[in-house]
Amino acid sequence: MRTPAFILVLTAVAAALYFAFNYVGNDYLFFAGYTVLQYIVLATAWNILGGYCGYVNFGSAGFFAIGVYTTVFFHTVGQQIDTLMPEFLVAPMQLIFPLPLPILIVLAGAVAGLVGLGMGYLTLRLRGVFFAIATLALTVVLETFIVNWSFVGGSRGAYVIPPNEVPIFGHFIQFLFALMLALVILALTTARLIERSKLGVGFATIRDDELAAEASGVPTLRLKLVATVVSGALMGMAGAPFPFYIGYVEPASAFNLSYAVNSIAMPMIGGTTSWVGPLVGALLLGTLQQVATVTISSAVNLLIVGLLLIFFVIIAPRGIVGLVQDWMRKSRKETKS
Amino acid sequence: MSNVMTGGADTLLNIDQLGKRFGGFVALDSIDLSVPKGQRLGLIGPNGSGKSTLVNCICGTLQNETGSVTFDGLKIDGMVAHQRTRFGLARSFQLPRPFRSMTVAENIRVPLLYTVNARPGTHLSQGELDDRCMELLKLVTLDAKASKYTTDLTQVEMRKLELARAMAAEPKLLIADESMAGLSHSEVEDIVALLIRMNERGVTIIMIEHIMRAVMTFSQRLVVLVSGRKIADGRPEDVIQDKEVVGAYLGQ
Repeated sequence: MRTPAFILVLTAVAAALYFAFNYVGNDYLFFAGYTVLQYIVLATAWNILGGYCGYVNFGSAGFFAIGVYTTVFFHTVGQQIDTLMPEFLVAPMQLIFPLPLPILIVLAGAVAGLVGLGMGYLTLRLRGVFFAIATLALTVVLETFIVNWSFVGGSRGAYVIPPNEVPIFGHFIQFLFALMLALVILALTTARLIERSKLGVGFATIRDDELAAEASGVPTLRLKLVATVVSGALMGMAGAPFPFYIGYVEPASAFNLSYAVNSIAMPMIGGTTSWVGPLVGALLLGTLQQVATVTISSAVNLLIVGLLLIFFVIIAPRGIVGLVQDWMRKSRKETKS
Repeated sequence: MSNVMTGGADTLLNIDQLGKRFGGFVALDSIDLSVPKGQRLGLIGPNGSGKSTLVNCICGTLQNETGSVTFDGLKIDGMVAHQRTRFGLARSFQLPRPFRSMTVAENIRVPLLYTVNARPGTHLSQGELDDRCMELLKLVTLDAKASKYTTDLTQVEMRKLELARAMAAEPKLLIADESMAGLSHSEVEDIVALLIRMNERGVTIIMIEHIMRAVMTFSQRLVVLVSGRKIADGRPEDVIQDKEVVGAYLGQ
């Protein structure tokens, strides 16, 4: 399928989902759905570096939080224009602020992408578990920074009150849900484009054998930087609407380790070699977690992740996608013979 | 430095006073070596004598600390490995390092995409890429295995793939690092014949090898490294008679 057709199909599915939820008319569906969609974006973004290049990023929460706090920052600036800006700038700034959420998402993507570039430059010489530790450390550094930055709320946290209604969409949560659907389309399309391009081939050589990749002319460092930037930017974009979703953010919730764990576990469970894997993993695990939160308790979430991860590492190391591929290959062989 | 060996216009690779240390251990000590275009050079030496370190310094996997490497008239010190590959310097690895998630043909495609297509003035279309892949696989007689995964290959096929992938980059100089270790008698002959075929296509080849029969069949010139120093350089028949070389291999 060509990319425009792929985007069209995705958009159609997204629209169908939106209208189905709208038809049911329960806001809770949108709230729960938003979280699952957010995880699809995070898992897909993680997979670009972790699945395609083989670099396990434990810092997803950090990139997510960069998105969150970019929104908080610009929101706070918007509220304090009178005191922050010189007088001649106040009037024009009041025209620009408050920034619309789609713009904030783009800004968050840019900031997180830049941080991704910096992180990549500092850490990509490390491999395997050392890289994972370095990314985790980066999250801790970022969190400490935010805790001590009172402008964005510091450890007190910050309130971001969403408007009650927006034109066209009605309830604000429906608008957020639609935005997240758009981000899912963006993330999946990016991942699929990478997979089928020369870039994807380069990423795969890095995952398989970096020395051999270099010897074959693949500029490994540059490609890895591209991966951290794209992956980081998408994670940041996923985080940007979060303050509006939750209403109040503090460092402990924005930097929550569960984002890092989930964005690793979901591609692992779904399968890391194609864009389908993170999608399937996030849908399955995300939905399960939402159901468990309502029916049992929210503490069960991580238990489910842990158990499923162990199960898949033992039974199907290549994830659900790998399981299905093996099964299809087997049945094809049987029909041949 | 004598200009007789280095100055000629047809010199492809020139190594001048190259040195490399690992901590206090001197791996390479002021190596001089000049390779003219089209030559088949054999490089031998006991284990740990610095052969692979020399290859790594030439190919950019490691960077030399002293001295310089000149390739095709250009100083390449400090250049990273993939740039050197684009520049025409290809290598195969001692232990085959195939891309395991790809088929044999896809393995060959990587240097075609990233090296040949990255050079100014060349752009191969999808069809040309496929043709080139098959042509290279035919050269190493792996064309029947094109769509197999590398895990299904035998040792000798893996070595052939390694050489074909190096050749795909259209190198001026190919360095084959022990591409015959652990192979049987007939398989060794197979690979030697293959390397000579590649040389006939105009590629200069440095072969690192322990199997003396292969070295003697292949080499037009033989260089011996012992403890990071070059102790002999000349016609193969002369070199293996050399007292110092015999001493290094058999002990005095």
